[in-house]
Amino acid sequence: MSATITPITMPKWGLSMSEGTVVAWLVDEGAEVRSGMPLLEVETDKINNEIEAAEAGILRRKVAQEGALLPVKALLGVLAPAEVGDAEIDAYVAAYVAPATEDDQGGAAADAYQFVDVAGLRVRYAGRGDLRNGVPVLFIHGFGGDLDNWLFNIDAAGEFLPTLALDLPAHGQSAVRLPGATLADLSAFVLAFLDALGVDRVHLVGHSLGGTIAASMARAAAKRVASLTLIASAGLGDEIDADYLGGFVAASSRRELKPVMERLFADASLVSRQLLDDVLRFKRLDGVGAALTDLAAGLFAGGRQSDQPGRGIADSGIPVQVIWGSADRIIPSRHATAAGAAAKVHVLDGAGHMVQMERAREVNALLVEHLRSSA
Amino acid sequence: MARKLSIRQAINEAIDQEMSRDPRVIMMGEDIVGGHGSEGEIDCWGGALGVTKGLYGKYGDRLLDTPLSESAYVGAAIGAAVCGMRPIAELQFIDFMGVCFDQIYNQAAKFRYMFGGKAQTPVVIRAMIGAGFRAAAQHSQMLTPIFTHIPGLKVVCPSNPYDAKGLLIQAIRDNDPVIFGEHKVLYGIEGEVPEASYAIPFGEANIVRDGDDCTIVTYGMMVHRALEAAALLEKEGIDAEVIDLRTLSPLDMDTILESVERTGRLVCVDEASPRCNIATDISAQVVQAAFAALQAPIMMVTPPHVPVPFSPVLEDIYLPDSTKIAAAVRRTLEGKRH
Repeated sequence: MSATITPITMPKWGLSMSEGTVVAWLVDEGAEVRSGMPLLEVETDKINNEIEAAEAGILRRKVAQEGALLPVKALLGVLAPAEVGDAEIDAYVAAYVAPATEDDQGGAAADAYQFVDVAGLRVRYAGRGDLRNGVPVLFIHGFGGDLDNWLFNIDAAGEFLPTLALDLPAHGQSAVRLPGATLADLSAFVLAFLDALGVDRVHLVGHSLGGTIAASMARAAAKRVASLTLIASAGLGDEIDADYLGGFVAASSRRELKPVMERLFADASLVSRQLLDDVLRFKRLDGVGAALTDLAAGLFAGGRQSDQPGRGIADSGIPVQVIWGSADRIIPSRHATAAGAAAKVHVLDGAGHMVQMERAREVNALLVEHLRSSA
Repeated sequence: MARKLSIRQAINEAIDQEMSRDPRVIMMGEDIVGGHGSEGEIDCWGGALGVTKGLYGKYGDRLLDTPLSESAYVGAAIGAAVCGMRPIAELQFIDFMGVCFDQIYNQAAKFRYMFGGKAQTPVVIRAMIGAGFRAAAQHSQMLTPIFTHIPGLKVVCPSNPYDAKGLLIQAIRDNDPVIFGEHKVLYGIEGEVPEASYAIPFGEANIVRDGDDCTIVTYGMMVHRALEAAALLEKEGIDAEVIDLRTLSPLDMDTILESVERTGRLVCVDEASPRCNIATDISAQVVQAAFAALQAPIMMVTPPHVPVPFSPVLEDIYLPDSTKIAAAVRRTLEGKRH
């Protein structure tokens, strides 16, 4: 079997993904592709995304039909240079056996999530790689989100560093209780989470509320923070869309939630029924409504951000990168420059607040570069 | 959230968590503690199909085994509710409602209104519903329309474990009498259910499948048959939307109308007898509110107007199935204008 044949397989975006639907091929058979070029679009029950070429080559074979629903790791297509013969490609496709996925029994997706008690609260997290093998990357989601907000990003960082992503207290599947509703409470809690896992130093990647928590952690424990990536982050200015916060907390039905969630994305069609159902399932849990209300009051009273630890954070000497979508309707992208002159700032044209999902490929490239340069 | 429970387990967990949270929650029913053939052993059956098994060991005398007299204990549960308890009465089969109907439709359903809002009746009456269990005409009926007809009652009919738990918790916390229909054929189906408590608000239908060509509205076991039909139709290039009503009273007409205004076509599937049922009700309301949006006559898929047959062959023919539902959807698309 030729080592120059590169399989294109169904990716695993997030721990709960077990299958995906091929929406459309973006290149024709026989086309030459560069490494990183989008090859096809795949839809999961959460969101659509593109699969990129892992290597340069020629798209020799489209194995998966458009519309096909296929398991993770299934063969979708084949990349190879021109010198590989068609017979060899045929043999490769015929002989291809998808590697066993960890969750063939359906139950193991849950095993990939782990739980740890921090200050009396049960915290769900996803870890990848040996935490002692390099400085881990910790992903911190935003208000009302959960660790699956990073489903397109974790693997990019995970290719060369161990990664961690947690559900903040009263979010996702962590305990529905806050350690306190101030930013100091939350950043102390996340530091305690790292203590509980025996992790001293981390690269922090924070989105929205998670960004201001990351900046606050850097203020409180600069030595423990190897780098900061602040994505559509709070804590860099005082403006925030109060209607969004209020609407998100109050919404109890799909009909109420949909227009609120659509504000998160530049492309409102990304708000799928499954995404709404997942958020509603979270919001219905006993105590979540009260916790979110407390949190919004503690951090964003009167529609202003009460704490702005990210302002000038790059002056501390920690490598800082700020990523934003220019069409962010929750926190304005003009806050992006407030981290200080030393910060790398990237405003992606036309992206919304969930820029790490909407423009995963570009965000991942920036993230990887920042992590490598901060190593 | 990968923990899976059956509907039976989800209902048990909902009752367990609410009994743990609120000491006013009590249960009454036949064989929920001991039972025939148990030689006096407690917690033997957990009701006719074992749904409440294990709760007696945790909550003791808050579960009451009753005589075979629905008229007595359903009345007692309603009385206890008016006096401040939050009782759950379990009827083995909804078919037995006949002997306790005065207590339900003329007392429980009317108290809040007759006492000018000064009384409330937070009782839940759980009962097995539906056909397909080879239980013959007196134990197989889908009497949901009878309760939906009565103002003052709420009527709930879950199709999956997640909804069963969240809707039952909402029913227990609700201050009005709730009829909670559990389809006996669905008890064993499994689905993901969070361990934590949660309540699903009444009056919000669930779109279980998105589609643009035709809207199928249904509830209970027929949700599964409708999804099977949608899968058949998909192979023909027909994309059906499937709406699970979840609660029949209150009824989420907004979701139905929004869908029909988009698809222009409606198939109502109801396991209840065809006259004056949920399908006829929704059909009439859609015609009145959205006639201009309809591009084809509304189709209704129901059993024939006969008692549920005991013969397994006839019972299978009696029930609407995916073939009949798919055929009705195709009828709405005949001569489709593009």
